[in-house]
Amino acid sequence: MAISPVAETEYKGSAQPEQGQQPTLSVRDLVVEIPTRRGVLRPVDRVSYDLAPGEILGVVGESGAGKSMTGNAVIGLLDRPAHIAGGEILLNGKRIDNLSRRDMRKIRGKEIGMVFQDPLTSLNPLIPIGDQLAETIETHLNVSRTEARKRALASLEEVGIPAAAERLDSYPHEFSGGMRQRVVIALALCAEPSLVIADEPTTALDVSVQAQIIALLKRLCREHGTSVILVTHDMGVIAEAADRVAVMYAGKLVEIGPVRDVLTHPNHPYTDGLVGSMPAHSHGQARLRQIPGAMPRLNALPEGCAFHPRCPKAQEKCRHAPEPELMNGAACWFPVGEDA
Amino acid sequence: MLAYIIRRVFQSVIVLLVVGLVAFSMFRFVGDPVDNMLGQERTQADIERLRTQLGLDQPFPVQYFRFLKGAAEGNFGVSYRQGRPVATIIAERAPATLELAFVSGVLAITMGIALGVFTAIRRRGAAANIIMTLSLVGVSLPTFLIGILLIYVFAVELGVLPSFGRGETVRVGEFWTTGFLTTSGLQALILPAITLGLYQMTLIMRLVRSEMLEVLRADYIRFARARGLTERAVNFRHALRNTLVPVITVTGLQLGAIIAFAIITETVFQWPGVGLLFINAIQFVDIPVMAAYLMLISVLFVTINLIVDLLYYAIDPRLRIDGRTA
Ligand SMILES: Nc1ncnc2c1ncn2[C@@H]1O[C@H](COP(=O)(O)OP(=O)(O)O)[C@@H](O)[C@H]1O
Ligand code: SF4
Ligand SMILES: [Mg+2]
Repeated sequence: MAISPVAETEYKGSAQPEQGQQPTLSVRDLVVEIPTRRGVLRPVDRVSYDLAPGEILGVVGESGAGKSMTGNAVIGLLDRPAHIAGGEILLNGKRIDNLSRRDMRKIRGKEIGMVFQDPLTSLNPLIPIGDQLAETIETHLNVSRTEARKRALASLEEVGIPAAAERLDSYPHEFSGGMRQRVVIALALCAEPSLVIADEPTTALDVSVQAQIIALLKRLCREHGTSVILVTHDMGVIAEAADRVAVMYAGKLVEIGPVRDVLTHPNHPYTDGLVGSMPAHSHGQARLRQIPGAMPRLNALPEGCAFHPRCPKAQEKCRHAPEPELMNGAACWFPVGEDA
Repeated sequence: MLAYIIRRVFQSVIVLLVVGLVAFSMFRFVGDPVDNMLGQERTQADIERLRTQLGLDQPFPVQYFRFLKGAAEGNFGVSYRQGRPVATIIAERAPATLELAFVSGVLAITMGIALGVFTAIRRRGAAANIIMTLSLVGVSLPTFLIGILLIYVFAVELGVLPSFGRGETVRVGEFWTTGFLTTSGLQALILPAITLGLYQMTLIMRLVRSEMLEVLRADYIRFARARGLTERAVNFRHALRNTLVPVITVTGLQLGAIIAFAIITETVFQWPGVGLLFINAIQFVDIPVMAAYLMLISVLFVTINLIVDLLYYAIDPRLRIDGRTA
């Protein structure tokens, strides 16, 4: 299945995909809360987005912005005491946020695959990779052991493990980091899910193999028509792989839109700051622009727009008015470029 | 692999030599066996004669060397008290101790792992919390007190189980007597086995629990869940296996400890095993019996250690560095 062109061109700064086509994933006003002794934290606050079939959505933001929490909420793997406190999650039109543990388990791995950051710790060190693949396949697809082994081999070949047949019985420690992440990707995709959540899939890898892994993920998802949520704090990865980009700040979605538009004409001052800190966009300046200050902690969010203490465009309204809603692609009272 | 085993065996022999040396030098402080062996009307000449006969007049290194030479041939000398070969006496007593240790060990390992896994998986449940609290009692009560409590409840008050001895035994083959084949023999095993195994069981349980909790937080467990594996597969195929790697060492050493600590249990229950033999030997300064017992216990520990290392090898592929490395 080829990637739909929808994501790349059709809508400008809208959180909605093309009319009439059912999104693979639809997140509606998602709220994740963590009760603590000093009150309730909201690491994810009314986040909404849709993901078209075959689309790659990049999610960026500084560490602690709530990117992983959003992904974990979608796949139903929030660690206690964090929990979904509001909103809806629809996968291929079916609500999945209110499923029983048992039903949710059946969706994990089968309809939603996940790739974690560190391939060195993602694989069980005591079990050969072929067995880890086969057990996943057997769990979700009604096939025999031999058939599962056969498919395990096929998926290892697909992710480009050399001499895959001989490597089925190898243990994780016998592979390099890049090869292990390929195995992890094979595990995430072996039951042909319609959605893959890749949470910083290249952050722990050697720079030399990062591009290969991103290219592999992109190719496989295009070939299988899989939608991807690609979480990263690296704008370069987004530019390379994503169709659309969602920018998160302090638990909120502050900007969403097609990658090309967002990278060339960011609307939200925070996105502008992130884009400005990319090497390719600093136009030969010796020093990259950095956003001053740090993201506020969840228990000390400023009044009004949460970005205002760091925002070069902040005005009186930003400090006191209720926080701006996401409209026309950005959650900001004074979007970049409007006054230019 | 073979080189590794040979190296380990060589190390083990050195350990045994040192243990023997330490044990032997300690005996000189226990007392003079000659005092016990001769009656009140002994003369200085009697004492000298006996000393020469036993080889006690020889310098210490010579005594030690003689002992080692004999031990290597399976000859541990003659008991001062019983006048019979030590090897025979120990062979008679060994089945009682080994059967007791076996039942305790099986009890400690199976119950320890089962309860450890249970309390880790259900760590917020009421049952798990009650078990954990009780286990504190198991760890802190001394063995003899547990034995006496059990005797009081089940033998004295309820009168359902015997309080001492092995019950009826059956001779199997030339050397072995077993209590497994008679009802009274099995009944007699229950209280001593619980007494002996309880401490090890709680220890293994607490260790399995904490290791399991640690493993359950690991990334690959999270990833196993993200792959939609069943709770059963996550807990048992993935988590338990990784938990057992560090647990094996401690468990192995605990098995050695079970046989060593059998001394106390055997005393409380008048269990006719090697532990009781050793206690009686101390009272009589029966050096050949004491020396043989200590050597056997050290051989046991060293062997268990070796087996534990090899098991490690079998379980954890990362240690198999021979051959293919990527
Ligand atoms: N158990 C917890 N208690 C309190 N705060 C938490 C807890 N777990 C995560 N957080 C907070 O939730 C926020 C979101 O985290 P996360 O989604 O991992 O961020 P990201 O993936 O964008 O770096 C962070 O600010 C983090 O501090
Ligand atoms: S609302 Fe105001 S403070 Fe917030 S990002 Fe926009 S301009 Fe900056
Ligand atoms: Mg994260």
